[in-house]
Amino acid sequence: MTRTSRATRASTTTTTPPSPGLLVVVVVLAIGMLIPVGYVIEATARIGLDELGALLLRPRVGELLTNTVLIVLLAVPLTIVLGVGSAWLVERTDLPGRRFFAVLCVAPLAIPSFVSSYGWASIVPSIQGLGGGLLVATLAYYPLVYLPALATLRGLNPSLEESARSLGLTEGAILLRVVIPQLRLAILGGGLIVALHLLAEYGAFAFIRFDTFTTAIVVAYQSTFAGPSAASLGIVLALLSIIVLAIEATARGRARYAYVGSSSATQAQPIALGRFTPVAILSVTALGALATVVPMASVIRWSFAAKPDMLDGLWRALVDTSLLSLSGAVGAVLVALPIAWLATRHPSRLSKTLEGGYSIASSLPAIIVALALVTVTLNVAPAIYQTAATVTAAYVIIFLPRALVTLRAGLAQVPESLEEAARALGTPPLLARLRVTLPLLLPAIAAAGALVALGAANELTATLLLAPTGTRTLATQFWSAASSIDYPGAAPYAITLVLLSIPAVALLFAQTGSKAR
Amino acid sequence: MRKLLTITATIAATGLLLSGCAAGGSDSASTEDVVAEASDEALVVYNAQHEQLTEEWVEEFTAQTGIEVVLRNGGDSELGNQLVAEGEASRADVFLTENSPAMSLVENEGLFAPVDAETLALVPEQYRPASGMWTGIAARSTVFVYNPELLYESELPTSILDLQNPEWMGSWGGAPAGADFQAIVSAILETQGTEATAEWLEGMKENATIYRNNIVTMKAVNAGEVAGGIIYHYYWFRDSDAEGENSGNTKLHYFGNEDPGAFVSVSGGGVLASSDNADKAQQFLAFLAGADGQKILGEGYSFEYPVGSEVDARDPLPALDSLNAPVVDPSSLNSPEVLKLMMQAGLL
Repeated sequence: MTRTSRATRASTTTTTPPSPGLLVVVVVLAIGMLIPVGYVIEATARIGLDELGALLLRPRVGELLTNTVLIVLLAVPLTIVLGVGSAWLVERTDLPGRRFFAVLCVAPLAIPSFVSSYGWASIVPSIQGLGGGLLVATLAYYPLVYLPALATLRGLNPSLEESARSLGLTEGAILLRVVIPQLRLAILGGGLIVALHLLAEYGAFAFIRFDTFTTAIVVAYQSTFAGPSAASLGIVLALLSIIVLAIEATARGRARYAYVGSSSATQAQPIALGRFTPVAILSVTALGALATVVPMASVIRWSFAAKPDMLDGLWRALVDTSLLSLSGAVGAVLVALPIAWLATRHPSRLSKTLEGGYSIASSLPAIIVALALVTVTLNVAPAIYQTAATVTAAYVIIFLPRALVTLRAGLAQVPESLEEAARALGTPPLLARLRVTLPLLLPAIAAAGALVALGAANELTATLLLAPTGTRTLATQFWSAASSIDYPGAAPYAITLVLLSIPAVALLFAQTGSKAR
Repeated sequence: MRKLLTITATIAATGLLLSGCAAGGSDSASTEDVVAEASDEALVVYNAQHEQLTEEWVEEFTAQTGIEVVLRNGGDSELGNQLVAEGEASRADVFLTENSPAMSLVENEGLFAPVDAETLALVPEQYRPASGMWTGIAARSTVFVYNPELLYESELPTSILDLQNPEWMGSWGGAPAGADFQAIVSAILETQGTEATAEWLEGMKENATIYRNNIVTMKAVNAGEVAGGIIYHYYWFRDSDAEGENSGNTKLHYFGNEDPGAFVSVSGGGVLASSDNADKAQQFLAFLAGADGQKILGEGYSFEYPVGSEVDARDPLPALDSLNAPVVDPSSLNSPEVLKLMMQAGLL
């Protein structure tokens, strides 16, 4: 059973202090993750408060701030409703074709958000503004809530719900009062990732007319060519991300969600949808069509116009993309593990602050992260400049929350008591951890890696600036062709990117089931 | 909890080893050879010009000279800012852009070496900066793209300045945020002065629908969202040469008459002062501005104008001299004043 017994919860409130060694590792890594924030602060200091004031007190900044705040406030709840709703429908009801819909709902994760927004803009040229941004972002990002929600639902022991049912609660009341509270970690984690992504999103909004702080910063780099003033605007994003992180940390509280033993001794009885069946089918179909079919339609249409010579660079780009995103995934998991451990095993104000420090930079536009790394590597370690190492570092900074949230959830579900039991039976502590905890954590590690790899494969600006000269990734090739309106040339790259993403999405999807079965 | 550290360290070490292998693998598979070349022999070009065009240039240049060239592709702004961040430590030998502002950015930081006099001699004066620290290698003309369903020929503006008038309210579009557009505003400033430019920009804020870039503007005109828009010519020619998907319902109107709306913007090429391959870099720039390089440009897919060595533009482009562009020194463009005026008008 997921929700803790009183005993486990009691043990978390008397948490043991972390070892100094672990703290040192976490603090050093956190400093590394904060490099781009330092770069922004340095840029702000360089231009001085007067110029910063002049930059921030423009009427345009008011518009941008409104747009940025509104998209987060509206899109996050929407992705939660869509993500949790569809997960509940495919997991807990007698929806016909559940298996098919379960897969369809995760499919948008394989489509880069900029490809999807490009597809929408091709079909609805007038798409724009907050409405357009909301549509594109929600459809692209709801799987980030759907997946953890689905995994948690599969792991839930239905006996609580059955008790509630026997006490006469309606299905709606059970969903709201019994099921959703147990999804709290999944919802908060997914929502956090979506919110941080929205702050840093550029590609998805670039094809439609919707401006946020990030798009304005990218534009500022294009128009004023004044590096420091453009970077200083990042201060606002950093502050917004601190607010988002604080809200999430407060809402998460100290609850633990470990359970012992095979939870689903009894399989949940699917809830009969009855007369709501057609409505349910219609809504999941519509969701799948809007999020998957519409964006892919124009890409596929254009790919028919592609000429064979356009495919020359495809294989090279495929190899470069795979290797770089794999390396980003491994890096992000390694960096996230110590902090996830600290956060779940030694929750405290300090660990939450450090955890937040890890994630702030992910809300900055990739161009700021990349330029920060250009400056720092050239000054500190010129030998690794424009090697796979720098681009990996950028991927780690940008996509760390994906790994962190996933590992945190995974660790929270591994009971310490198992490890203690192993030790009590005479297994040395390290071995106990390796033999008991690590295997239980492997699914979460795989899922965290897959989520980061998906993001890294779609990353654009940091790859352009930091990858070894001559590197071509699918995303950079797509962008280069699409921005010179060579749509037939861009389409094969978009399609390959989607195909490349399918194994990672399949792995993620498989993980959602492995816990319960 | 010391064991925790041990286990973390163990996992980290294993992982680092793994990621090291992964990174090493990526190098040996695809990038190591390129980087190795790049560090000594090959010419490193930071390329913000259209990739396809530069690749055609490089292929021919390498065939003629045997000099290997490695491209680092990106946008004007990204690569310009990157060069400034890299400073003396840059591995770049040559920088190519689509527009002049990024060239000025790098020039103002003192990062360019003067271009060889023989190369400069290949390009007419109006298509290169007076400073000689870089040269024009291609050009693009400002045009008014319009939807004939929404606008009769007789209703077309005679000057770009007309667009500030109330009758154009809500019926034209443009992308003021791009460096592209700021070059056009610079031309207005150069030819009309500060006050007139400020008024024009206010009129734009009132009248125009703001788009993100030239392509989106053209698409909006094509879709009938607005009657007309300010773009550069080649977006239209390229789209009609392909499928016409975003230009099929539109026509082009040239202002001519030395109107600021007939402004011609140049793409730039320059040699980095920090280059270890300065001779080869100058040789490459000479090739681009020379007959062979300009011919590749003129016949190629990009539909930009050749500026050097008296090479003709691709059919069906009207000849560059026939456009009656206003005379403006590229190095005088994109002054901080343009940005100040655009910010005051609320366009940036």
